[in-house]
Amino acid sequence: MKPLTVLVVDDSAAMRTLLVSTLETLGSLEILQAANGFEALRILPRQEINLLLTDINMPDINGLELLSFVRSNPVYKEMPVVIISTEGSSKDIEKGMSLGASEYLVKPFMPEQLLEIVRKYI
Amino acid sequence: MSKAPAPSRNAALDFLAEAEEVVEDLGTRLGELSEMAEKDNWDPDLLNAIFRDAHSLKGLAGMFGFAMVSEVAHHTETLLDWLRMGKVSLTSQVMEILFASVELLTALLRATLDDTLEQHRSEAENHAKRINACLNPPAAKENSSPLQQLGLPANMTSSLTDYEEHRLQENIDKARFIHVVHASFELASFDEGLGELTATIKEHGEVISTLPSMGENMETHIDFDLLVGSKCTKEQLDAIIAGSAASITFSGKATTAGETARETLPADKPSLPDAPAAPATLEQQPLQTDTILNDKTPKAAPDELISAKSISSTVRVDIGKLDELMNIVGELVLAHSTIASITGKMRAEGFSRTAIDLGKAAKDLERRLGDLQKGVMDIRMIPVGQLYDKMTRIVRKISREQGKKIDLKLFGAETELDKLIVEDIADPLMHIIRNAVDHGIETPEKRLAAGKSERGTVRLASYQKGNHVVIEVEDDGGGIDTEKIRCKALQKGLIQENSQLSEREILELIFHPGFSTAETVTAVSGRGVGMDVVRNNIAAVSGMVDLETRLGYGSRFTIVLPITLAIIKALIVFCAGRIYAIPITSVIESIILSADQIRTVEGKEVISLREQTLPLVRLENFFRIERIGKPADEQYVVVVGVAEKRLGLVVDDLIGQQDIVIKTLGEAFKTLKGISGAADLGDQRTILVLDSGSIISELMRSNQGG
Repeated sequence: MKPLTVLVVDDSAAMRTLLVSTLETLGSLEILQAANGFEALRILPRQEINLLLTDINMPDINGLELLSFVRSNPVYKEMPVVIISTEGSSKDIEKGMSLGASEYLVKPFMPEQLLEIVRKYI
Repeated sequence: MSKAPAPSRNAALDFLAEAEEVVEDLGTRLGELSEMAEKDNWDPDLLNAIFRDAHSLKGLAGMFGFAMVSEVAHHTETLLDWLRMGKVSLTSQVMEILFASVELLTALLRATLDDTLEQHRSEAENHAKRINACLNPPAAKENSSPLQQLGLPANMTSSLTDYEEHRLQENIDKARFIHVVHASFELASFDEGLGELTATIKEHGEVISTLPSMGENMETHIDFDLLVGSKCTKEQLDAIIAGSAASITFSGKATTAGETARETLPADKPSLPDAPAAPATLEQQPLQTDTILNDKTPKAAPDELISAKSISSTVRVDIGKLDELMNIVGELVLAHSTIASITGKMRAEGFSRTAIDLGKAAKDLERRLGDLQKGVMDIRMIPVGQLYDKMTRIVRKISREQGKKIDLKLFGAETELDKLIVEDIADPLMHIIRNAVDHGIETPEKRLAAGKSERGTVRLASYQKGNHVVIEVEDDGGGIDTEKIRCKALQKGLIQENSQLSEREILELIFHPGFSTAETVTAVSGRGVGMDVVRNNIAAVSGMVDLETRLGYGSRFTIVLPITLAIIKALIVFCAGRIYAIPITSVIESIILSADQIRTVEGKEVISLREQTLPLVRLENFFRIERIGKPADEQYVVVVGVAEKRLGLVVDDLIGQQDIVIKTLGEAFKTLKGISGAADLGDQRTILVLDSGSIISELMRSNQGG
């Protein structure tokens, strides 16, 4: 069976490493990383992504713009997108959810919180 | 908020490396911002980038469980957020607080390493109070929301962050036109195309948001909608972006009164403000541009699928790993030397086919080893420019504190040096620059009185010179008064009343332990670190520091450093029954010495070399060791020199040149002068490596003392 693919988008390398090492505890997952919205946009059409985890605050293209792109595209419409952001106000969460985020996880979080969410989608 | 997870030590180191980078960036950008702010014309993009730095740091520190770092970053972020949202204005006081944030964050990151974070708690709390004091609730904005009346397509506005909304509002408030520019790019190279387009538009306005959208052919293309605020009308902007793969799909202008003056729009653009997110309406337009692009450019290569994974082309490596690798390379070089010498012996013992073949193989190995060595060395090389950012910040900070006006001119930032040397040179260099700003450059009043321009200049230049890198720090300040130094040295008993010292020798006194020339010890330079420590730190990486000065015109420090310490070529010499290595970088020449050339001046041996007097040193005297065996009839003088100073080392024999790997002797032998470490000759023999720089300074010191 082909492993499921998760794309992690965050401009912080240390943050990506942390996310990836947490995800790796789940076993057979293919985990791709993108350091910004541009890299994510490159990967999306080329790989089948089963779950997208994205930060919001990134240069050039932010997480909300990325999410908006994903949701406007019929191909990715069904892709679960989890926003992982330091922005934790109800307004921010509302905005993310209204753009079609599947989940909104506020940093800092416990690894278990992330795994719980990810398990729902894979 | 939930408790942060406990990260592994490795992850914490990752965090530190990145956090340090972010804080450094933050400081550099703040410096730029402060310069712009002085001219009262700052770039919102820059401020936003600074905000993002603080924001990333907050998130990072939070995730990795460094609550105090996260707290300080959070407060800083809040202040920056208020700034970028226009709720606080950029006063010099705010700037000051932001710089203080960087200092504090730097200190906190250091403290996370040695677990002394708690010591900074009150400092962090006070800083938070200082920031909070700046944040006054802003007057409620009467906002008739011209944004809504503008009638922007809903998909454009729904993904705007608060900040982008604020920027949009700002543009509307400034009565600028708001445009949506649509562009389609090939997937393989969209960032270039988009970058160019964005840069072009930025010359005439602001790109508020960049929204990716689905292209006509999503396998090969990707589209973007750029939300633009600009003084240009639709026609003007059209002309500006003409020739690119972009077109304007929306233009509008909201008057401050709330009335909307819409420009004529293509009939097929229904842009109802309350329409649900329906990006498809926008996507119909750029069909034409798409086809043009398709004609011009070949289809995406099929192998691009493979490239999806390897996107980042850099790897962050612990310097320790490189050291290990370098050590292995060093051992290999030694192993090669052994093979080569065995080959030599074999050949000497009789003409043998095997010896010739082995010799060839050894030559081949040597070449490859050379490549390997160079490769590993290259990885260790980093541009000196990394230090420049730090120095820029220090100069800005001190000049601000002391009310001096200083231009820092930087040259040769691309000059490369071993990472370890760059690290070790940072503190001494900082000290020299501090001195230049603190003691060198005069106050604007003094400068004007001396007929100089109000602004002082500190010049920091690096360049490569043979196997060395030279770093110069030059200021056009008051220079150093050698008479003052003489008096001070007399007071301290470093010299005697009747000592006849040249200007040069007097200047040398600055590097004497415990010598501080400042009339008043200020908070900046007077940190108990004297120039002797600076010299020792530089000598520790086999470097040399030299000082020139002209009273009234300024001073120049010249630091000469080896490019790398890992593997060096050395001259192997035999003296008093022992073998030593002298780094070839400090050897100028070797000459044969005959006894009748030696003259004695003030009880010290010298020879005359091309009309210059060259002082001689016998190693057995210098190290105070017993000579093993009689001196050879014919001895050699190895002329060593660092910077302007020359010295002749008298040795019994020259053995040859060899690559050596210097190993440090450890703490126990740290006080040993004249020795920089030990090396393995490759034939089970371990020898000491001489440090010419420290031998020279040691002798100068004893001369002055006596």
